[in-house]
Amino acid sequence: METLNYRFEHGTRRLQSSPQVVGVVGSGNLEVLIEPAALNGACTIAITTAAVGFGPIWQAVMRDFHGRWLLADTRISINDMGATPAVVSLRLDQAVQTMLGDAS
Amino acid sequence: MTAHTISYQESTARERLQRLFDAGSFEEFLPPSERVVSPHLGQLNAPVAFDDGVAVGRARLHGVQVYTAAQEGGFMGGAVGEVHGAKLVGLLRRAVLDRVAAVVLLVESGGVRLHEANAGLIAVSEVMRALLDARAAGVPVVVLVGGANGAFGGMGIVARCANVVIMSEEGRLAMSGPEVIETASGVEEFDSRDRALVWRTTGGKHRYLLGDCQQIVADDMTAFRAAAHAAVTELSTASAALTLDALTAEQQLLEQRLARFGAMSEPVDIWTALDVPDAANLPMLGADEFIAVAATHRLGV
Repeated sequence: METLNYRFEHGTRRLQSSPQVVGVVGSGNLEVLIEPAALNGACTIAITTAAVGFGPIWQAVMRDFHGRWLLADTRISINDMGATPAVVSLRLDQAVQTMLGDAS
Repeated sequence: MTAHTISYQESTARERLQRLFDAGSFEEFLPPSERVVSPHLGQLNAPVAFDDGVAVGRARLHGVQVYTAAQEGGFMGGAVGEVHGAKLVGLLRRAVLDRVAAVVLLVESGGVRLHEANAGLIAVSEVMRALLDARAAGVPVVVLVGGANGAFGGMGIVARCANVVIMSEEGRLAMSGPEVIETASGVEEFDSRDRALVWRTTGGKHRYLLGDCQQIVADDMTAFRAAAHAAVTELSTASAALTLDALTAEQQLLEQRLARFGAMSEPVDIWTALDVPDAANLPMLGADEFIAVAATHRLGV
């Protein structure tokens, strides 16, 4: 297992909903827990992953995610079992859309 | 299959809770944001889930408040660890305290989470005890089995402790899983890769004919919802407690089954012995056709 932590400052979009979880901790999949938190405008992402040694790829995927949504005062926690970058991006977007109430 | 059919089997535990009960009515106890995770998996350097693979809470079924739990088969096959089991036990105990109309358990589990060894074993036995306590206190328990991982091991036993078991053909219910039997007794005894054999032996149709489940439905959220509602309604006027008479009758049924079918190794032979017409064709029938054919042949009715 490997733990990775990211923090992105200067977000603009605050989420109001109660905490939500999307995805499942299964092979090639992950769960994303997303919740509002007082973080001085930042968005933090804490990742626990079974796939060790992919830090640079996680960093790139998280940076892209932050660029898409510019979340502020949001805490994201991830339990991962070897999801591919595309799956991670989709789950993160699903988590935000669930918070916004427009996920089906 | 109509365009509006939503598969129970393909849904996640949380999707099932949203779709089985009245829209938006599920209210979770100990939600993932509480982060009550397994204390054992981390020590084994294994991934944890924020809900430990089970969501518990209350919801409404056609307006009737029930307590419910849904096991997530995608996380470790729905296996029951210490926290997972404690959430089920807590739910059942609270159901007694709050005198709810029923507990509806969406079971999908391979049984005990072996990573957690004795803690997992104890957890499952506590779930059984709590379930029987709930029944004794007058709270009926309805179990739904329709997930890809079935209901095996300790959770197979838990399912059979309930008042009513509702299955789809795709659902499976048994003690030892196919791979376990093959590993312990050899491929000549049971070929776990023979999927047709696995479903003939453990699937919903066989269980329905043998009297191990009380209802069989299509793999459709709407069908499960209707069946669960009908079961809760029917149980509202009956005694939920497990009685000595019911246990004695069950024992007699099992003895008769062993005497009649104990020498048979192929479910089709058992169905033929039950005088089911064209028994070999049973796996090909849809749920409604199958129920019509099985009606006069099933045991334990």
